[in-house]
Amino acid sequence: ETIITLNKAKIKIWVLTGDKQETAINIAYSCNVFEDEMDGVFMIEGKDSETILQELRGKMKPESLLESDPVNIYLKKKPKRTFTMPEELPRGDYGLVINGYSLAFALEGNLELELLRTASLCKGVICCRMTPFQKAQVVELVKSMIKAAHIGVGISGQEGMQAMLNSDFAFSQFCYLQRLLLVHGRWSYNRMCKFLSYFFYKNFVFTLVHFWYAFFNGFSAQAVYDTWFITCYNLIYTSLPVLGLSLFEQDVNETWSLHFPELYIPGQHNLYFNKKEFVKCLIHGIYSSFVLFFVPMGTIYNSERSDGKDISDIQTFCLIVQTSLIWMVTVQIALKTTYWTMISHFFIWGSLGFYFCILFFLYSDGLCLMFPSIFQFLGKALSQIWLSLILSVILCVIPAFGYQFLQPLVFDRINHCKTRPPQVRVRTKLKHPSLRRSAYAFSHKQGFGALITSGKTTKTKPNKKNSFPVKKKESSDISTRIVAFQEKSISGVPSTIPLKF
Amino acid sequence: MAMNYNAKDEVDGGPPGAPGGTTKTRRPDNTAFKQQRLPAWQPFLTAGTVLPTFFIIGLIFIPIGIGIFVTSNNIREIEGNVFMYYGLSNFYQNHRRYVKSRDDSQLNGDRSALLNPSKECEPYRRNEDKPIAPCGAIANSMFNDTLELFLVANESDPTLTLIPLKRKGIAWWTDKNVKFRNPPGTESLKERFKDTTNPVNWLKPVYELDPEDEDNNGFINEDFIVWMRTAALPTFRKLYRLIERKNDLHPTLPAGRYYLNITYNYPVHSFDGRKRMILSTVSWMGGKNPFLGIAYITIGSISFLLGVVLLVINHKYRNSNNTADITI
Repeated sequence: ETIITLNKAKIKIWVLTGDKQETAINIAYSCNVFEDEMDGVFMIEGKDSETILQELRGKMKPESLLESDPVNIYLKKKPKRTFTMPEELPRGDYGLVINGYSLAFALEGNLELELLRTASLCKGVICCRMTPFQKAQVVELVKSMIKAAHIGVGISGQEGMQAMLNSDFAFSQFCYLQRLLLVHGRWSYNRMCKFLSYFFYKNFVFTLVHFWYAFFNGFSAQAVYDTWFITCYNLIYTSLPVLGLSLFEQDVNETWSLHFPELYIPGQHNLYFNKKEFVKCLIHGIYSSFVLFFVPMGTIYNSERSDGKDISDIQTFCLIVQTSLIWMVTVQIALKTTYWTMISHFFIWGSLGFYFCILFFLYSDGLCLMFPSIFQFLGKALSQIWLSLILSVILCVIPAFGYQFLQPLVFDRINHCKTRPPQVRVRTKLKHPSLRRSAYAFSHKQGFGALITSGKTTKTKPNKKNSFPVKKKESSDISTRIVAFQEKSISGVPSTIPLKF
Repeated sequence: MAMNYNAKDEVDGGPPGAPGGTTKTRRPDNTAFKQQRLPAWQPFLTAGTVLPTFFIIGLIFIPIGIGIFVTSNNIREIEGNVFMYYGLSNFYQNHRRYVKSRDDSQLNGDRSALLNPSKECEPYRRNEDKPIAPCGAIANSMFNDTLELFLVANESDPTLTLIPLKRKGIAWWTDKNVKFRNPPGTESLKERFKDTTNPVNWLKPVYELDPEDEDNNGFINEDFIVWMRTAALPTFRKLYRLIERKNDLHPTLPAGRYYLNITYNYPVHSFDGRKRMILSTVSWMGGKNPFLGIAYITIGSISFLLGVVLLVINHKYRNSNNTADITI
């Protein structure tokens, strides 16, 4: 079941084992690494490089023999830098089986690439009869060429603690892998992406205001903020909300994550934080800094307080810009947070309140706290400050708000899953009823092997109905199958020998 | 590969058959916090929340903007207090080196700072081997024109009536009473500033800024304080004098011809600066500044328009999505 779920999340499964080929294939079928509905299963059994090359190429992509193929071009030129496998989409579900002997040839030189390319197009790959060294070689090959992020997961079991000690994650049962990937892995990716894009945005806004101010202060690098504000901004005022976001954020709860493995796919394709997202973040930051500077500037330009005194001095200007900035980034993170726990509320609103407390403290002339003075200062200019603040915050938030609304409507439809109940999975028609598979988990090299694998001895399967709910297929449950085979050479009468494992 | 254990490590049951003792498990606690099941509110932006928000923003901003704009433009009648400002253009009081060039502890009356100004004031720190009080470029460039306003009685009678200009009450209360202080002492102000010299560009020393009023002399001279509050933009205005409202029913500045007399001490041509004089009244919102009003009206209308556009888009896409395939 774990493997079925992982397959739905478009995770490809490679099995590297030392078992014999037939054993490995049968186990693959029983674990759903290979399925009966797959379009084809290719066996690489060549005994020398040439045959293997032909098998690898000819079977999957006949056009890979052409000159214009990128891998061919690469092989001809032999550049020094490593070659990143281009992403190719297969035209159906395929499986690949290769044994250790052929693998020895396939891991040399040019054939490495061919093997990798062919194998990447397959949904599941079985490498059987492998030596431990070959296992390491294959892992290295995949890691270096495809540049996939890698973690090692060890399953602690009876065989000892070796796997566990060498891995990043360790647990005791294979089915926990599902949770690790689909729930925690996905959440982690989601959180990381939100954190990154928010952090960049926050600092772009903070810094780019100085770019706009430079035009008005003779390009002298005069800061728009108090020195204390600059010190405390990243450290105190905005650190806790971001921490809250990256610890507690969940876009979908765990039940839904497990139910819809397809939600894992954005992580595989780097959809939530890539160059495009970064540029979006940058543009949003530039726009926000523009608003953040020019709205306060327009407010104080040639204007006074209600008692006639100036408010167009640097201190007031800094105050307006700072406060607007803090409000703006707070509202932005409030928009980004989709999972509001009590702690999130506390962090976000608490940081804002903390800013105001510090503000009152610092602006009470620090040294001698004279309360009438503070309120007098702030009070007289209050209306303009608040009006300017509200205007700049709303102006910044409108585009983000609108975009966040449009995105699920127009751009991606995964959110539809959230609003609808889980659909009954419709079983597709079997493409290849697996007559070629035998019921035997163990194989014979000679003797009755050919007889068994010819499929003449399998039990006929009951007809499948189309409205099957999600369940393991009966035919794949080998362990309870009873085998009957014919022994022609001994007597004309068939005898059954029950075999149970 | 790391050798560290993750918190999600689980060892179910541990070694079987441990005689008598409790089996140690590394299973994390099944609390809501550790299992990430904290009760939470999960807002979801639907058309039902976003569209009304846009319309509401539009409906609120437009009246506010109109209100502000009307208030701002209504500042016309010269009744109530009238404020006289001097304005400067192309004068970068917000240049970084300029802004740093002051000594706040000296201005707060600290005796040691008076005689030994801070290094930030360079090169306006010492002159003729004496410390400058007040030091720094900001103080040195203080505006020292004198403006006087006269009312011409009528066409036939050219006598000029001096309009009384109040020179106190123009600086911030906090500045005047907390930030700026004269050096302490009981002797006369001149004595207290004994070993210092006036800034290079000043015509008279700091203790002669207003000899008639002890409360407006020295560092606490309000013109000086107003000047020391550096402006944020290169075009700014500073409060110069106050024309107080008369107690009777006459307007503060009756209609007629006025005569402005300027004692020109402050050269601005060298850096292509401009000087001007502004007379203004104020409202609850401050002086005449149409920016906020116009901005609110604009943003309100844009928001409203966006609401309409999003409504149309929502309608179109929702209809097409209803017939779309569900499975991904």
